[in-house]
Amino acid sequence: MSPTDPVPADPSPAERPLLTATGLRKAFGENEVLRGIDFEVRRGEVVVLIGPSGSGKTTVLRSLNGLETPDAGVLDLDGGPVIDFAAQALGPAKAAKQQRLALRDRSAMVFQHHNLFPHLTVLENVIEGPVQVQRVPKARAVAEATALLDRVGLAEKRDAYPFELSGGQQQRVGIVRALALKPDLLLFDEPTSALDPELVGEVLQVIAELAREGWTMVVVTHELAFARQAADEVLFLDGGVVVERGTPQELFTAPREERTRRFLDRILRPLD
Amino acid sequence: MADGWQLFLDSFWPIVWGAVSGTIPLALASFAIGLVLALGVALMRLSRNRVVSGIARVYISIIRGTPLLVQLFVIFYGLPAIGVVIDPWPSAIAAFSLNVGGYAAEIIRAAILSVPKGQWEAGYTIGMSHAKTLRRIILPQAARVSVPPLSNSFISLVKDTSLASLILVTELFKVSQQIAAFSQEFMLLYLEAALVYWIICLALSSGQSALERRLDRYVAH
Repeated sequence: MSPTDPVPADPSPAERPLLTATGLRKAFGENEVLRGIDFEVRRGEVVVLIGPSGSGKTTVLRSLNGLETPDAGVLDLDGGPVIDFAAQALGPAKAAKQQRLALRDRSAMVFQHHNLFPHLTVLENVIEGPVQVQRVPKARAVAEATALLDRVGLAEKRDAYPFELSGGQQQRVGIVRALALKPDLLLFDEPTSALDPELVGEVLQVIAELAREGWTMVVVTHELAFARQAADEVLFLDGGVVVERGTPQELFTAPREERTRRFLDRILRPLD
Repeated sequence: MADGWQLFLDSFWPIVWGAVSGTIPLALASFAIGLVLALGVALMRLSRNRVVSGIARVYISIIRGTPLLVQLFVIFYGLPAIGVVIDPWPSAIAAFSLNVGGYAAEIIRAAILSVPKGQWEAGYTIGMSHAKTLRRIILPQAARVSVPPLSNSFISLVKDTSLASLILVTELFKVSQQIAAFSQEFMLLYLEAALVYWIICLALSSGQSALERRLDRYVAH
């Protein structure tokens, strides 16, 4: 930068990251699962979290949706809310609840075990949030849900109950249920880990397509091939810290940290 | 023998009328009120507030730890001693409702706990409050689980209403007793009363099966 350049002003809202997480910490009793996690997610970006089980990656993801509450650290969503967890813990419970709801308002979660509502049909599962929470008129919610189901190839299943679907179909409905909320941020918690291997592809394809369409997402997964193709940034977590981060290219072909290398080796060459 | 058959026929409709005007409305009213009470007590019992869950715990303990007949007598014969006089019907409904409230609360609590935690989280993640998740997601699933044990409670209640005859409520068993005393045919009349109770419970059992089939439409078989 030359001295004649103007001092840059605060970045404009369009350039601010959608999400900034700073110093997230969380302990379950004696067990420290998060020990200071920092990362950013820019609009339209796909951030993939990888790491061994117990590394804290799922706790990070669940914190973004208010399903876990970190003990300390700051979550700053552009457009709100901005949550300082250490301060929140000292404040009134009511305020904490408001912040949690505001957080959920911005994001939507796809679970490992889909967690579809078994007593509702596919269509009812998808419109439950829009109609019951967001007060979208039912006719409009049904039209939008049908269009979304059509996009993932499940339009003809709209009146089926979840138990009548295959695992891959159930998870695609889980994704549509999240999309129907029109969140700014999509969260995926090991979306294919509970699936039979031959059903993994159809779900990953849907997620990859959403990424291409520009949805902002944070994905916890063990599917390294997916991470390699779809991620803008990969974070490797271990022991509650981000050990290494970078583009898939950097992380998978030239990992800098020994722990990253060992983890990748274990997954890519399990028999060695 | 012919006389016995004639007495059976003559007494049959009065006894059935005792069921229709006494036993069945008493059981229905008590069960309906008892279920509302039970849901409230179950939610109190699940509350994180120790005082609230403690109150529910004590209530359940008293109801389950004392005989229904004693509860009935406390309300009808006991309360007047402290100036509270309640008519036979309201006394019976109060006692049976409180009883159902205690037992069904534990059934409903267990049913709520049987719904996987992921269902609560799925409700929260689509933006629902705790209360709304409970109402729209958890209770419909808990209802399915609790139908068989609650049906058993209802069938027990129908039979337990015979105790109301001891506090002057005219119902199925009271009618049988009166005819038995008058005719001195105790064996015949009490067997006849048993038969009518059995028929009612058979009908309830088949109703239970139909309800379970309806609620099972969304689960794999």
